[in-house]
Amino acid sequence: MSGYLITIATIIVINAIVVCGLNVIVGYAGQISLGHAAFFGIGAYSAALLATKAGLSFWAALPLVVTISSVVGLLLGLPSLRVKDDFLAITTIGINFIVEAVFLYIPFFGGALGIGGIPRICLFGLRLKGFSFFLLCLAFLVLVMTACWWFTRCWAGLACFALREDEEAAASVGISPVRFKLLAFVAGTAMAGLGGALYAHYMRFISASDFSFPVSITLLSMLVLGGMGKLWAPLLGAVILGALPEIFRPLVEYRILFYTAILLLMIRFQPSGLLGDESLARKVLAKVVPGGGR
Amino acid sequence: MLLEVEDLHIAYGDIEAVSGVSFGLEQGELVSIIGANGAGKTSILNALMGVVGVKKGRIMFAGKEITRLPAFRRARSGMRIVPERARIFPRLTVHENLLVGAYGLRKKIDLDSRLKWLYGLFPILEKRLGQPASTMSGGEQQQLAIARALISSPGLLLVDEVSMGLMPKLVDGVFDLLYRLNREEGLTILLVEQNAVASLEISGRAYVLETGSLVHQGPADKLAQDPRIREVYLGH
Repeated sequence: MSGYLITIATIIVINAIVVCGLNVIVGYAGQISLGHAAFFGIGAYSAALLATKAGLSFWAALPLVVTISSVVGLLLGLPSLRVKDDFLAITTIGINFIVEAVFLYIPFFGGALGIGGIPRICLFGLRLKGFSFFLLCLAFLVLVMTACWWFTRCWAGLACFALREDEEAAASVGISPVRFKLLAFVAGTAMAGLGGALYAHYMRFISASDFSFPVSITLLSMLVLGGMGKLWAPLLGAVILGALPEIFRPLVEYRILFYTAILLLMIRFQPSGLLGDESLARKVLAKVVPGGGR
Repeated sequence: MLLEVEDLHIAYGDIEAVSGVSFGLEQGELVSIIGANGAGKTSILNALMGVVGVKKGRIMFAGKEITRLPAFRRARSGMRIVPERARIFPRLTVHENLLVGAYGLRKKIDLDSRLKWLYGLFPILEKRLGQPASTMSGGEQQQLAIARALISSPGLLLVDEVSMGLMPKLVDGVFDLLYRLNREEGLTILLVEQNAVASLEISGRAYVLETGSLVHQGPADKLAQDPRIREVYLGH
């Protein structure tokens, strides 16, 4: 594989990990989030600072990074519990802007210059780059998707689904909305943090704009395109939205316009996404492959 | 008393929907609250379940005050509701809907025998197990909502306008079922209904609610004979 392809594939896989986290929050628990890039950024900045200032290796820092991301996710999730629907969307946008501003204006986070000189990840004395780094990301994606798969089959997952469908009805059968919203926030932001750590060690230079609001929109577009609440949706969405701009290189300036158009078209014509239960893709698949629609 | 409500006031903004209602239920009773549309019946049930706030008053359930308790805690203490218009979880399968009803009760109930019992009561549910609940008819969804509440073997079942939107034959079936659950299983039921004829027929006692206040109460058969009630609620 050429370096160019490996770069694109690596970014796609990292995005897929982050979108898996968004899927837990939006797809499973039904809590709209337009600020997911903030938690992606918190993971990346924690990893970068722990590596450059504290001198910790990626592996030693990883548990800390995931903990920091999910604790901040929990803290920022608390005020979000008081709002629903449109107001939650606006609150999460606010969270994204605040976190980005903190990275940009507080010198500790490197300010406008960002953080550079982030070391490569070492595994068994091997410095991972190119294809080996891609394999590491892929291994983490498998781990995250396995966790998601397990979550959809356990009682906590079922409780989140019920909450997504009808919060009052779920509370009326004994499900605590607060507990499961926070659980989804914590799990989802932990996955975003993991993705952020991989991103920081891959790019080796990060700055606040890498985690701005448009990035949140991109992540959400990937999820909506794939199909909210579906296990494979984050990967499918990340592949399509990661590969298309490369294929249509001349359109790269219009990337956000393009994402927005996809988001609007999906919401209008295929609200359940490509993998959704009543999607066009599934119907076509069902015709071509017997039983393929399921 | 299993349930005791004292001077309950419910308001939406400045508009008071229920003003100073007091009533109670003994263990094993089937009691109905009848009243016209907009009298405040659903508000009372929602306040009992905890999905609507109480402005003033006190609710006691099984000897404990629950007035300020969140809905999920009330559900855990054995209160269940069959909400107005069923409110099943549309994209979950019938089986998942039933499981959600048993959430947190894995160790307390025998899930398999409970499901078998429910399939006996509602054979249609067993046929539809793997189907998303939204694909079922209104009547089937209503049955699912009842089953979702019953799977937990509740101490008190609140039933909100179960007859609404059902065809008359199904209404009879549902009321007959509630009657049997009360007499044979000893289930305590509070029924809130616009369909006064059917609910008075199966209830032991009843209350009549008019614009947020209880105006009559007594044994259901006596109320059914009362000329004032016959004129307003029974149509003759």
